[in-house]
Amino acid sequence: MKLGYFPGCSLQGSASEFDESLQAIAPALGLELIEIPDWNCCGASAAHNLNRLLALALPARTLALAERTGLAEVLVPCSACYSRLILTRHELDQDEGLRRQVSEIIGMEYQGTARVLNILEVMGQIFQDGLKGKITKPFEHPVACYYGCLLVRPPKVVQFDRPEDPRTMDELMKKIGAKPIDWAFKVECCGAGFSISRTDLVAKLSSKILADAQRRGAEAIIVTCPMCHANLDMRQEKAEKWAGRKYSMPVLYLTQAIGLALGLPEKKLALHQHLVPVSFPVKAKPAAKAKAETAPPPAGQSEE
Amino acid sequence: MAEFEPKIVAFVCNWCTYAGADLTGTSRIKYAHNVRMIRLPCTGRIDFMLLLKAFARGADGVIVSGCHPGDCHYTAGNYHARRRWILFRQLLDFLGFDIRRLHFAWVSAAEGAKWAETVNSVVEEVRRLGPFQNYQQLARAGIE
Amino acid sequence: MSRIGVFLCHCGENIAGTVDPGKVVEAANRIPGVVHSVDYKYMCSDPGQNLIREAMRDKRLTGVVVAACSPRMHEPTFRRVCAESGLNPFLCEMANVREHCSWVHEKSELTTAKAIDLVRIMVEKAKRNRPLFPIKVPVTKTALVLGGGIAGIQASLDIANAGYKVLLVERDPSIGGHMAQLSETFPTLDCSQCILTPRMVEVAQHPNITLHTYSELESVDGFIGNFKVKIRKKARGIDEKLCTGCGVCAQKCPLKKIPSEFNAAMGMRTAIYTPFPQAVPNKPVIDKKRCTYYLKGKCKACEKACPAEAIRFDQPDEIIEVETGAIVCTTGFEVLSTEFFPEYGYGKPKDIITGLQFERLASASGPTLGAIRRPSDGKEPETVVFIACAGSRDPAKGIEYCSKICCMYTAKHAMLYKHKVHQGNAYVFYMDIRAGGKMYEEFVRRAIEEDGVKYIRGRVSRVYEQDGKLIVKGADTLLGAQPVEIEADLVVLATAMVANSGAEELAKKIHVSYDSYHFLAEAHPKLRPVETNTAGIFLAGACQAPRDIPETVAQASAAASKVAALFSADELSREPVIAVVHRTAPPIFSICEGCFMCEQACPFQAIEREEIKTRDGKLIKVVAKVNPGVCQGCGTCVALCRAKAIDLQGFTNEQVYAEVMAV
Repeated sequence: MKLGYFPGCSLQGSASEFDESLQAIAPALGLELIEIPDWNCCGASAAHNLNRLLALALPARTLALAERTGLAEVLVPCSACYSRLILTRHELDQDEGLRRQVSEIIGMEYQGTARVLNILEVMGQIFQDGLKGKITKPFEHPVACYYGCLLVRPPKVVQFDRPEDPRTMDELMKKIGAKPIDWAFKVECCGAGFSISRTDLVAKLSSKILADAQRRGAEAIIVTCPMCHANLDMRQEKAEKWAGRKYSMPVLYLTQAIGLALGLPEKKLALHQHLVPVSFPVKAKPAAKAKAETAPPPAGQSEE
Repeated sequence: MAEFEPKIVAFVCNWCTYAGADLTGTSRIKYAHNVRMIRLPCTGRIDFMLLLKAFARGADGVIVSGCHPGDCHYTAGNYHARRRWILFRQLLDFLGFDIRRLHFAWVSAAEGAKWAETVNSVVEEVRRLGPFQNYQQLARAGIE
Repeated sequence: MSRIGVFLCHCGENIAGTVDPGKVVEAANRIPGVVHSVDYKYMCSDPGQNLIREAMRDKRLTGVVVAACSPRMHEPTFRRVCAESGLNPFLCEMANVREHCSWVHEKSELTTAKAIDLVRIMVEKAKRNRPLFPIKVPVTKTALVLGGGIAGIQASLDIANAGYKVLLVERDPSIGGHMAQLSETFPTLDCSQCILTPRMVEVAQHPNITLHTYSELESVDGFIGNFKVKIRKKARGIDEKLCTGCGVCAQKCPLKKIPSEFNAAMGMRTAIYTPFPQAVPNKPVIDKKRCTYYLKGKCKACEKACPAEAIRFDQPDEIIEVETGAIVCTTGFEVLSTEFFPEYGYGKPKDIITGLQFERLASASGPTLGAIRRPSDGKEPETVVFIACAGSRDPAKGIEYCSKICCMYTAKHAMLYKHKVHQGNAYVFYMDIRAGGKMYEEFVRRAIEEDGVKYIRGRVSRVYEQDGKLIVKGADTLLGAQPVEIEADLVVLATAMVANSGAEELAKKIHVSYDSYHFLAEAHPKLRPVETNTAGIFLAGACQAPRDIPETVAQASAAASKVAALFSADELSREPVIAVVHRTAPPIFSICEGCFMCEQACPFQAIEREEIKTRDGKLIKVVAKVNPGVCQGCGTCVALCRAKAIDLQGFTNEQVYAEVMAV
């Protein structure tokens, strides 16, 4: 599978583990990633808080570059970048005048032909063709799949999975041998961009996520968003202080979990870069664990 | 030179547009003089040859107006009118007729203001197009 | 030769203020065929009407044109004047020089010229008017009532008490509808079944009412006064004549864990079952989709046990054909299930229930005998959260309307809970309180002030399960959108009231229009709430829109009165503005070519085929024929007819062409 690749600022910086682990598993999964040449920052929350045209132009430029390079589909692992790119595509799709205006600003014609894919869609596609023989070390742990706020919302634009109780990541984790738990904080806010300006809020919100995952017996939280990762991992100590208890909950990127299941070494998947050490309890009999609601969501549930 | 006052004939349905025009009256909304309404029970009743007759008779523009799709008092009459309209318009266009003189509208019994707007805009457009002479002269020549 | 009289009304200053009456009268006089032309201040007044009468007499008028207001206003008035003076009312026309002329233009020569044009158009039409006579259609004095809830029951009783026969068709095994499922009704807290069951029994015993339960409407043909109806009586699997209703069969049935529809899945039933003890008729039904005999050919425990030998596994469905004169549609509603709400768990948590399910818990004859218990573990809940407007008033969920009854029944539920669990906590999350009926506002006040129910104005964004409790996350907007988190044991959603399943197919069968929510459409929202656009078909109750019991009962009686009015005469008189197929002497008989495009196009199925035969029965041709009882006079067929063989009386081709020529 050949895809355009937009790492975005965070994957090249604070979330380099995401990029490293993705690059590490790509060959094993037959995934060829072609980085969009001269891509620029998507604007994240800063741009859309300040100036509408800027917020559209930045992602549009990257997409126009992708079109120029002949890339029909672009993988955007970071949830924030994904959200910005797909929202831009949606808005420009509907307004011809706006399209022309933005094309003028970026100095390139934006046609809207490049499709924006998130990491779950891509992995889902790859896993559909089977992982026979590739999973050498099944990731046999109960995990809490954390989707964050941006992957499945706004539902009309993203049109991906169920907005209140999504399942794609859970299904993917099951395929690599994990036991995704049924928990209540799959799409609850972690504090997002307040990580720096209001760390106290992040501590409070993230502690609720960590607490629910711990209460239901998860041994790790799986994420696909650098922001989520930062708040749940980097700020876990602050969250523990706020809640007055220890979580010791490793937070892994989906690509890292897949990498472990594929038998790749930890160093290659940059697990050592996390603040919360990635270690799992020794496999004893499930004794005094708190209510471990490990039942995955039943199949055939009515869709939204 | 007096300004050309187009003559507009409107074929309207009793339940929606006629009532809507009544509402325009009750609301005292003023609009252009030029329209003469022919009341019919339903736009489905309109034999489209009538429209040609109107032009032959001296109309410079024609409006057909009925209930919104789905609201027809007789449930389906306006659908028939709409289908005829689509074909008729294409046919007339093909024959070289100036179809800008033909207008189709949906005006409900509650849309008094819309009726006034519709009439005014049609009158203005037909005024710009000028008197519809060619066909009339031909038609009269045939009679004489 | 035409002798038309033109009467111009001044309507005070309304017409005379902008139109020059003298000029109009003078111009009218010059129109060929006009023999009399006058004006008067108020034509509709008595002296004005007298002017017309006198002119008709003195000038032997053959037609009358009143140039005044809209015919929608006074056409009946002037037609009556004509009729009283011996002139066929359909020879009277009105030229609308007020709404379409004097009121929409300034005073000017153009306005007067337009008025003259309008008068001339109507004169040309009037010259070609033909006398028309009302059509008489016979009426079958039996009413069909579809749906046996409170609306259907009330309508049936009213029509039957008026002396006419009623056929009541209900698709469930028993009548009673949703009202039978309620525990108490607001605002009196009357026991619902106590007030309903006497009526149900009255229906069953009334000599004029024939009850068909477990039956559905198969098809409807015909027209007002003469409907031909087919009813499918689904096979119960029981011989109703032999069954005594003893209930032994249900006791012996080994399948005891089927979710009961009557108990809204809060309780179970058997495969052979009577929905509830007060069911009317009190005869069981076999659920063919679950019964072991129908699925696998085994068991037959009920047959072995039945002392009356009434079990008939091989009983087929029966089709009953009836003729009725009117149909009353009272098919009722449904409530949304909890599955509709992703933010409340997609219907998974057992302790999140709908208002209807709460009714079954609270009901003394319900699965918990009236005790409020959590469905998950059967414990008594200490904190109950009621969420109002669940789905209603929510464009994002596709339901923009208000379901009307939820504010009231939520208050009721909270009160019932507090009455049963004194120390319990009841919270209601609301957007507004809609308590507009008699004693309704006082009822809600009672819940708040006497029973201590805590009302929080705000919506609930999420409910999720945690350690056996339900965490309810909402907001308190009266405190400035403060977030509120409540640990509840039970959450009750006041889910939206929606049209009953199958409403669309039913509406199509009876040719009644419906809106995007599948609520049936009334003829006029203000002035004709119980009639439909299809003559002879009436509606009442929640099938038309969400409503409570008092309104439903009122509507049902209203529909019944319409039916009684319809049945009060042996014949029905209809407006003669209908289509007629050309008929003439042999050997032509008719210029109708028999293409039957009209038959296909008619929205009312009013065109039939008529066979024209020789004396010895040999077929000559088949032509179209309009059923005068059904034709509504839209004229679609007239415009379609290639041979111009069909024409619309009152708006004939000749007339309309003449009007166009007069422009």
